[in-house]
Amino acid sequence: MNETGVERLAQRAPLRYLLNGLRDTGEVVILLGEVFRELPFGLRKVPLVVQQMVAIGLGSMPLTVVVALFTGAVAAVQASYQFRDYVPMIYLGTVIGKSVVIELGPVLTALVVGGRVGASIAAELGTMRVTEQVDAMEAMGISPARYLVVPRVVAATLMLPVLTIFADVVAIFGGYLVAVLTLDVSGHTFTSGLRLYFHLRDVFSGLIKSVFFGAIISMMGCYYGLRSEGGAVGVGVATTHAVVASCLLILIVDFLLASFLFRVLFA
Amino acid sequence: MQVLRGVDLAVAPGESVVIIGRSGTGKSVLLKHVIGLMVPDAGAVSVDGVDVGALEEKDLLTLRKRMGMLFQGGALFDSLTVGENVGLPLREHTDMAEPQIELLVHEKLHLVGLEGSEESRPSSLSGGMKKRAALARALALNPKIMLYDEPTTGLDPITADLINRLIRRLQERLGITSIAVTHDMRSAYHIADRIAMLHEGRIHAIGSPAEIQSTTDPAVRQFIEGSAEGPLLPT
Repeated sequence: MNETGVERLAQRAPLRYLLNGLRDTGEVVILLGEVFRELPFGLRKVPLVVQQMVAIGLGSMPLTVVVALFTGAVAAVQASYQFRDYVPMIYLGTVIGKSVVIELGPVLTALVVGGRVGASIAAELGTMRVTEQVDAMEAMGISPARYLVVPRVVAATLMLPVLTIFADVVAIFGGYLVAVLTLDVSGHTFTSGLRLYFHLRDVFSGLIKSVFFGAIISMMGCYYGLRSEGGAVGVGVATTHAVVASCLLILIVDFLLASFLFRVLFA
Repeated sequence: MQVLRGVDLAVAPGESVVIIGRSGTGKSVLLKHVIGLMVPDAGAVSVDGVDVGALEEKDLLTLRKRMGMLFQGGALFDSLTVGENVGLPLREHTDMAEPQIELLVHEKLHLVGLEGSEESRPSSLSGGMKKRAALARALALNPKIMLYDEPTTGLDPITADLINRLIRRLQERLGITSIAVTHDMRSAYHIADRIAMLHEGRIHAIGSPAEIQSTTDPAVRQFIEGSAEGPLLPT
């Protein structure tokens, strides 16, 4: 039986995805190299960095706070359900504290900010690309990596740990509120549990992860935005790719960093 | 996709050359090769005797400071005001003090008839004003070479004539070498010392405006007369 064009294409699709993935990886590495090369010059553009820090950090704060509050609240409800009849409630604060600072705070903050900021960066730079603003910048002898990418990457890398600290505090507070108001756990029991196995290295591990997540979100936004083509549709595709790639990379890097931090560095 | 197939064109210093041709023939692509935004697969683009494609990025940036380009849609930066747009090349490439930059921004905006619009946002400008503001920005560093991508497309006839006169004045008074691409034959006749027609990836015909107007070449005649009948098929 003769193969149809569609069947042949389907057979090739995995290869095409693989090749596209390799191309994207290579181009992101090249962009990252440009970012490191332009970093000393880009850092001198303090107003641009501050502007991005406000947009990324302050702009994401309300969303981060709401997500963290409910994350902590849900964690308290779920943990108390699991503990019932088996584990003393003093460990409620311990579990919420550890799960929030090690995992939930940094990862959920990164995923939420990745959706908001990654999409925003990709859409803004994508629109600049398709309206020839990036070409105009290059035609004026101004490096887009220096002027557009470095301030965003620096701002996101600095602001994600700050957002994560806020998220950690608010999520624990959310867990505390639910525990005290609805689970019949006293405030003293909750805070005693919170302090019981508290290690500063747990907080640091979360913050180290958030630094990487900030870099991933901004790099994906910038990369997919700058390679947009084809008008509004192209910008939409770039935005989707930036968010999807950010989320996937955050989860993959989370696993790799967790393995390194807890099996090697803090083992 | 192969767009240009062996373009051979020389532009003398101080000359104004207009490239005409149908949409999709590679006119804008040709301009982007001149300023190094695109690199040819084969052949070379020379500016002041220097092969643009072979330049290191640092040298390319230096070369670009001597060139200005007006993009089709203006390509003003949305996040900056008109004044900040015009002042950007000065802030990036010179050590001028802020008052001096502001004076030059005012001067360039005056040159294009947009004085007093320093604080305006690009989104609040009309198409013609955007082009003029973009022209002021392109002229900020006093370039020796100007590239114009469809300078009058989408403008009303009066604004288009204003832009044409401005381009001509810049070339005649400041000796700026100009390369413009356009469909607008009225504009082409006004600003060109020579007109070149790009067709099938090559320079199909070249000559003075008078020579182009009197040519018997059927493709050129069809294009300059804007006729649907002739050797150029609809795209």
